[in-house]
Amino acid sequence: MSVIVNQLTKVYGTQIAVNHISFTAEPGKIVGFLGPNGAGKSTTMKMITGFIPPSDGTASVCGFDINTHSMDVRKCLGYLPENNPLYLDMYVKEFLAFVAGLQQLNNVESRIKEMIEQTGLEREQYKKISQLSKGYRQRVGLAQAMLHDPKVLILDEPTTGLDPNQLVEIRKLIKQLGKEKTVILSTHIMQEVEAVCDQVVIINKGLIVANDETKNLQAAALQQVTYVVEFDQVIQKQDLLKIEGVIAAQGLADKSWVLQTNTLVDVRKNIFDFAVKNNLVLLSIQKEEEKLEDIFRKLTAN
Amino acid sequence: MYTIFKKEIAAFLSSLIAYIAIVIFLIVLGLFVWVFPDTSVLNYGFSTLDSLFNIAPWVFMFLIPAITMRSFSEENKTGTIELLTTRPITDIQIILGKYFAGLVLVFFAILPTLIYYFSIYQLGSVKGNIDSGAVIGSYIGLLFLGACFVAVGIFCSAMSDNQIVAFIIAVFLCFIAYSGFESFSQLDLFGRVDDFVAKLGISNHYLSISRGIMDSRDVIYFMSFIILFILGTKTKLASRKW
Repeated sequence: MSVIVNQLTKVYGTQIAVNHISFTAEPGKIVGFLGPNGAGKSTTMKMITGFIPPSDGTASVCGFDINTHSMDVRKCLGYLPENNPLYLDMYVKEFLAFVAGLQQLNNVESRIKEMIEQTGLEREQYKKISQLSKGYRQRVGLAQAMLHDPKVLILDEPTTGLDPNQLVEIRKLIKQLGKEKTVILSTHIMQEVEAVCDQVVIINKGLIVANDETKNLQAAALQQVTYVVEFDQVIQKQDLLKIEGVIAAQGLADKSWVLQTNTLVDVRKNIFDFAVKNNLVLLSIQKEEEKLEDIFRKLTAN
Repeated sequence: MYTIFKKEIAAFLSSLIAYIAIVIFLIVLGLFVWVFPDTSVLNYGFSTLDSLFNIAPWVFMFLIPAITMRSFSEENKTGTIELLTTRPITDIQIILGKYFAGLVLVFFAILPTLIYYFSIYQLGSVKGNIDSGAVIGSYIGLLFLGACFVAVGIFCSAMSDNQIVAFIIAVFLCFIAYSGFESFSQLDLFGRVDDFVAKLGISNHYLSISRGIMDSRDVIYFMSFIILFILGTKTKLASRKW
């Protein structure tokens, strides 16, 4: 286990930003750290990276405790802070060499070359960071986080402000990194979680409200399927509830209804049979699966 | 620490701050020592560098805060401080790296004024008629004074995210530390402790060292002053952890 968070807590004055949270992240897996704004995602990440100390509880990174072995933790951890702060008046290579110096690396030249290749910065490598676009700055941010080949990568919103092409590329890069490293990334984009994360930790108001593998959460989401149906005549709610598998019905307009089901059985056939039996014409039937997004909304709504 | 030091020096050189600071320092001192009739050595008629060492602290009072004002406030404002403090280096290494970079800049600002010394050395009505001991003492005093101002400047920069605020507070603190205590001590209210109050100020020790006598008390004073402000900076940096 690369990152073990144990009862981690941060209190600002009277406000509890992070409230006794515990989770683990393993090598070879990408953990998505989700939550609405102000849920405590960044605070948790800042505590793990040693920027701020926890008020209570602890975490260990690569077997080192963050409270007692901060320097060892920093050596085996790569961190991309929120908003990706960089020295804008430095050149890309100069900046990476500076970071290499801070990490006390020996093979500086070859590592920088490798990083530039891996993050696709070849064409921009002789520019000043201030001349780069947001997507390329993000790559520089990733390059500085991965420069010392850390076992654990902590990325705080690594894809904010990227265009769709860059988004795909950066996600591909993260996914590739996640094969051998432990990656914890925070985001509030659900598609991103579905695309790259193996495990999801959802946090709300400083508390963990869900911690499971992405596919389990997706499966749970699939249990709830709703159908939007439209008939040619007005029908009663009681009749609709007689259909096998339908647990609730809600009228949209006179003739169209939202049917909620709770089974994995496809009820479309039952709906069709119902229509035939009652001499109705089924104008449309639309399946609406619940997505991770709905789970997220349900768990983090007030 | 060396990595930070190198980065700071590179930042000074690439942002023109270093050149501007050194050039302005030399121009102002050159004007006072050679051109302005009130303080010019040529008008004065005695072969001393006193005017240089009287004016330099006042120029430093503005120039050093200008050099140091961005050191921490910019890191805090842009968030790059997070990049530094999550690396395997301690806070004190970060501070010392920045401190020594400022100190080196001050050293290189003072260095060219040695030309003034050699000029006066050559111009003396008997060649070499200048109190070299006092000049060496004064240079050491000026270096110590610069070192103190850099410590104050770095401290103020850590106190505020705003460079202008950091600059103004640093100028104020340098002024109080340099001549404030001396002036305060002349107030009636201190009675017999006035000598002690005067000795809290930099000017007292600066003058004492300029006479060419290296007194351990002065050296200890300067060192404690610097350490005090560096520890203050460290405390401020650590305050993100409270």
